[in-house]
Amino acid sequence: MDYSLFPRDVFGELDRLQRQVHQVFELSPSIRGFARGGFPALNVGATGNSAEIYAFAPGLEADSINVTLERGVLSISGERRAGTPADGKASLHINERFAGRFHRVITLSDDLDPGGVTARYNNGVLHVSIRRNAASQPRRINVT
Amino acid sequence: MNERTDLPSLLPPVDVIEDASGITLYADLPGVSKDRLNLEVSGDTLIIEGEMDLSVPDGMDGTHAEVGLPRYRRVFTLSKELDTGKLDAEMKQGVLKLHIQRAEHAKPRRIAVQGG
Repeated sequence: MDYSLFPRDVFGELDRLQRQVHQVFELSPSIRGFARGGFPALNVGATGNSAEIYAFAPGLEADSINVTLERGVLSISGERRAGTPADGKASLHINERFAGRFHRVITLSDDLDPGGVTARYNNGVLHVSIRRNAASQPRRINVT
Repeated sequence: MNERTDLPSLLPPVDVIEDASGITLYADLPGVSKDRLNLEVSGDTLIIEGEMDLSVPDGMDGTHAEVGLPRYRRVFTLSKELDTGKLDAEMKQGVLKLHIQRAEHAKPRRIAVQGG
């Protein structure tokens, strides 16, 4: 058991309790789809000659997503508008979906080729594939 | 269906809006195509299920994952004044839009008063 530094710190105790509850849920992996990291959720993978990034960003237009790669840092930004009406006639019962501007940055290895990037948006998932630099791949040198 | 319901799945975030015409539900299901979405209404229960279909290159090693499961599932209990026969569903870029109309008997109506 880890107790708070100040035993009468109510907020500290609440914080600790919340973390413990959170850990219980973490046993079954990420039951809450987008609890960590914010919007969009990111999955990252690597193959021998590329880095693969998947951003789970549903409900956008492909041309409204900004993707930049600069010195191995990939940045994904844009805005998702609320689909909920603002007039007073409708009532909003549940409001869990993300709305507003988003910006996520991820640092990748520095052997990536900025000229070899492809980004595809399909079924609400942005897939960015970045080729590794030709210079960092093994090659044969001819002797003349 | 039963073996699929036992599988661990993600709980998709939703928005639910109600107006005079009925209820509109939006659910975030990124990675799910129209073909892999399963909507089921039985009695007053609505089940939303979807399987992700990501084209992952051969031999890829995952290094970081915030989405750890390939499927979504969420169950709602509908109320009696909704007409489950009048249900429209649309899937666009990973967002499900589902509209359920209010049953005719539950719509607000004006009652004519007869004079003698």
